[in-house]
Parts: sequence; C-alpha cells; structure tokens
Amino acid sequence: MAIDKTEQMLRPQESPLAPYEAKYITLANGQKLVVHQLKREQAPLAMEAVKPLMTVEADFYDIVASRVYAELLGWYRYRVKDEYLLAGTIDGVIVGLVNGRTIDDKVGLSYHTITLRQGLRIGAQLFAAKMEYHFDVLGQEEVWIVAESPNGFKRWMIEYELEPRPEQWHELGGVPTYVLTRALWEKHRQAKCTGRRPVPQELLETASQLILPESYAQIPGYQRSV
Amino acid sequence: MREVGIVGIGHTKFGRSKTGYIEMACAAALEALDDAGVKPLAGHGIDQVLLATMGASMINHQSSVASALVDTLNLRPAMAETVENGPASGASAIKMGYSLIASGMADTVLVIGAEMMRVVSGWEGTDFVATMLHPEAEYDLGLTLPALAGMFTRLVMDSYGVTERDLALVAVKNHQNALANPVAHIRLVPDLHAISEDEDKDAVNPYVAEPLRLYDVCPVSDGAAAVLLCALDVAERFPKKPIRIAGIGQATDTHTIAEREVPTDLYAVREAARQAYRMSGLCPDDIDVAELHDAFLILEIVESEEVGFFKRGEGHLAVREGKTSLGGQIPINTSGGLKAKGHPLGATGVSQTVEIVKQLRGEAQGRQVTDAQRGLLVNFGGFGNNVVALILEKEA
Repeated sequence: MAIDKTEQMLRPQESPLAPYEAKYITLANGQKLVVHQLKREQAPLAMEAVKPLMTVEADFYDIVASRVYAELLGWYRYRVKDEYLLAGTIDGVIVGLVNGRTIDDKVGLSYHTITLRQGLRIGAQLFAAKMEYHFDVLGQEEVWIVAESPNGFKRWMIEYELEPRPEQWHELGGVPTYVLTRALWEKHRQAKCTGRRPVPQELLETASQLILPESYAQIPGYQRSV
Repeated sequence: MREVGIVGIGHTKFGRSKTGYIEMACAAALEALDDAGVKPLAGHGIDQVLLATMGASMINHQSSVASALVDTLNLRPAMAETVENGPASGASAIKMGYSLIASGMADTVLVIGAEMMRVVSGWEGTDFVATMLHPEAEYDLGLTLPALAGMFTRLVMDSYGVTERDLALVAVKNHQNALANPVAHIRLVPDLHAISEDEDKDAVNPYVAEPLRLYDVCPVSDGAAAVLLCALDVAERFPKKPIRIAGIGQATDTHTIAEREVPTDLYAVREAARQAYRMSGLCPDDIDVAELHDAFLILEIVESEEVGFFKRGEGHLAVREGKTSLGGQIPINTSGGLKAKGHPLGATGVSQTVEIVKQLRGEAQGRQVTDAQRGLLVNFGGFGNNVVALILEKEA
C-alpha cells in the first residue's frame, strides 16, 4: 500500500472543469469539422495521432508533436494538473488537437494547437475553440500563450493582437509569453470563433469514432500500418 | 522578321520548393530542354538564356542569376540576361526572346521564370511585392497589393453588380481545374456554399482585404517554368511541332491607380490584347482557351472583358453562366490560374505559356479544351501598369 500512498502524493489535486459542449463547423470544402472534448482515457489515441509527426522538421512539427505527446502522456498518467484536450474530427478522423490547462479560476494556460490535415484552417478553428473554452465556458479572464512556429506566431500573436508580457513565465518556457485578455477575446471572437450547437446525433456518433489518420501530407509516402 | 515558335516546355510543381533557387530553376529548364530533345552538352545549340525573376536579388540574395544558370545547365557560352518586370517578368522575357530570334540575333532562346518566395514570412513577402507601388503616393501610406485589389474590387462591385458569390464561382472553377493539373500548388476544391453563404464563412474564408476573402486571392508560391523558343526556320531540329507565337502586345499605364481616369478600367490589358490581336490578325472570337492573370479573382473577370471576350460589366455574368468553365464558350485558367496553380511572380508568365502550349498540343489531360487551336495569355504587372499579352497558335 506504500506505493499507492506515494502515487497519491504524486498526483495533482484536480479541479473540476466544466465540460466543453461539442460544436460543428462547415469548412471551406464543405466538410463538417466536429470539435469535441476528449476524456483522459482517450489520450493514448490522440498521442498515436501525433506520434508520426514527431520527426517532421518542417514548420516545427517535430517540437510541437513531441510536446503534445508529452503533455498528453503527463495528463494520462496523472502528472499534469487540470489539463484538457479538444479534438477536431472530420468523418470521425482526427484532423487536429488543441490542449491547455488552467492555472487557477482566472488564468488559463494554452499548451498547443496541432493540425494533422493542412489547408483548411483547421488549426485556426481549433485555437478559437480553445479560447472559447477558457473564456466562455470556464469564465477565465486571460490565457497565456506562446508560439513555437512562425505559423503559430502569425495566427495567434498577430491575428489576435496578443498582449506581450515577456516578464510572465509560461511553463513551456523559452519564448516570450503573450496574453489573450478578455477584452481582446471580445474584440476578435466574432470574426474568429464560429460553429453550431447542438451537433446532430449522427454527426456526433461519427465524431466519437476517433479514427487515426491513414496518411499525413507532412510525411510523403507515410501509410499507417494496420 | 523571322517567325518564332515554342518547341520545349518545363514546369516544376508549384508550392513550397524543397531545393535551392538555382536547382529549382534548373529543374524546369532541364525539363524544357528534354521536351525539345536538347542535350546540354557541347553543341547544344542554345544561343541565349533569359531568366525572369522579380525577387531573386531581394528575397534570395542572389544576383546575376541568368549567368549562374547557364553555367549550371552546362549551356556555356550562351548569352545570358535576367529580366525583371514585376509579376509580368515571365511574359516580358518571352517577348524579349521573341525579339532576339525575330531580329536574327539568335536562333534559340531558353526562357526560364523562377521565383522562391516562401523562404520569407507572409508579411515580408507582401512588403516585397508592395515595392512595385508608388513609393510616396502608395507604399509609404501602407498600401499593399491586396489592399489595392480590395478597393478595386469594391469599385467594380459598385459599378457593375459583381458579388462576392461571383468571385467564389471563379474560385471554385479554378480550383476544380487545378485538380487536373499535377503541378498546381493547391489541390483542394472549395464548396461554393461554404465559402460564400454558409454562416461559418467568415471564419473559414475570412476577409483578407474586404471585400476580398481568402479564397479570392492567390497563394504565395515557389516555382519555376521554362520554354524553349526557336526560329520556325530551324524548327526541324526539334522533335515536336512548334507552337507559333502569333501575337505579342505590351502596354503600360499610370503608376498610381488614383491617377487613372476610370480606376476600374485596366487600360494596359486592353491595349496589350489589342496589339496582340493586331499582330496575329485574330480577334477574341478566334481564341479557344485563355490564361488570365487572376492574382485576385476580380482581375480574371475584368480582364475577360478588357481582352474582348465579354462586354464591359458582363464578365461576372459569363462566369455565372459557365461560359468560362471547361466546355464553355471560352475556358479561362484551365491550369487553375494563379489562384490555385500558384503565383511565383517571375515564373507566372512562363507558366501561363506552358499551359497554353499544353492545350494546343493536346497534352492537358483532364483539363483539355477540345480541339484548341489558339490561346491567349495575359501577364499582369504592378497593379495593371505593365501588361504583356501573348497569342499562341497551333501550326496547321
């Protein structure tokens, strides 16, 4: 029983997080992107989805995928406090993931946004959904954000006009911290955040299948082995 | 004056290049030489190489690139020059190659267009392109090409009733065409309702410069294309039947749009096309296929009027009726256009030429215009202040 007690000591005290109600967005090609929250026990599947990208240098996929993998592993193994994970799926296939956690009631911490299928602004929709979760569902006042790729910097820091706060330490470390305040969210929400609720039952059931991508445009020739 | 034809074509996949600038340009050139049955060895017979680029010096920090290309391609001692005429550099270089051959100074000219823009960030690229604008009257005020195109689009919409949905129709058409073009940058067909009417459209197809949305503007692309020109009197040296350059026109307009009498007119397009028709003895009704410079989709509509395919103010109606689609009255941008095939500035005019040659040879596969005999292309520089038009014709 000593092991159990030690494990108990190692696990963070979890705060209850309100659930994110699934929504769907019609993408530019007409496909329906369903954004929905995943549970802790679904983390290994999400980890499998990003794993092939851990060696892709282009656009810093390697560092982002590796970090997402580690963050989800930490969450799955009870080593991260108050983490959450949202997935974007098309026809049940995982096409993108966003995760983060809360520091306290007022402040959120954005971890990562990773797009598995490129070219449809899926990352932009998922990032907006993540901010929607922090501000509109959890009622937080600000979210701390960092970017590891030029694409991320352009999409978040520039497009959302994030407030630079380099003195604030983000736990991803390294690069300067930027902050999406509630005022900035209110300013950009209408243009950036979209989607409809409730998700029709059939669409939701398909989304819950969580199918791993068969291939990745970022990895020419890759085919997931059965 | 000697007549001139095209006997070889080459084209890299547009998008993000995985090679360096010289290697990318050489890939297109070697494909064109191979297409023409030319071996880059001693006695290769290439008299001149012209390289069209707008940004090699500024973006890639490489100058005198034409000389480097000649050496890398093993085409010494061919003459070499770099041609810079903004986004119209490609067709300008072809015009110069034509002149060299027509005058008797050369028998064969290899024209390469190459641009590598994705090595810089999007806003650096936008700033670089904006250096074409008037330095005090436009650039210093923060104007960019998308901003000018947005204002131009609004004026055309107000004047002629063009709608955002009309632009989306052009986008869908061009993306559909690009699906059949293996060298196109974007291989994705947007859904008309999703990008123009759906309640999610502002997020999935956001405004870039209102009223222009994401799907109304071309992507930033790397890429290269090449054509081998020769005098028709030496064309028997080459295995493929030449495609004749039947007409060339070029015209300029005011540097600042604000100085134009009618800002929605593209005078230089009209004049360049008029010259090309006059030289070829053809008229708009004789043209079977066209590549029009659709860096912003409104340009395809207005250019289709200025070159005489449709009456002024009716280009968008022709799009609605499918007249510019494959199988329509005059298929436009069968390659996918700049919109979907991509727009590597200096390469664009050469790429447009490659597409017309493919159409006239009957090599355009899934996007082939039935029995195409003559094609027109418009390569548009600045915001219409320097335009080159070419008419190509299949030899009988």
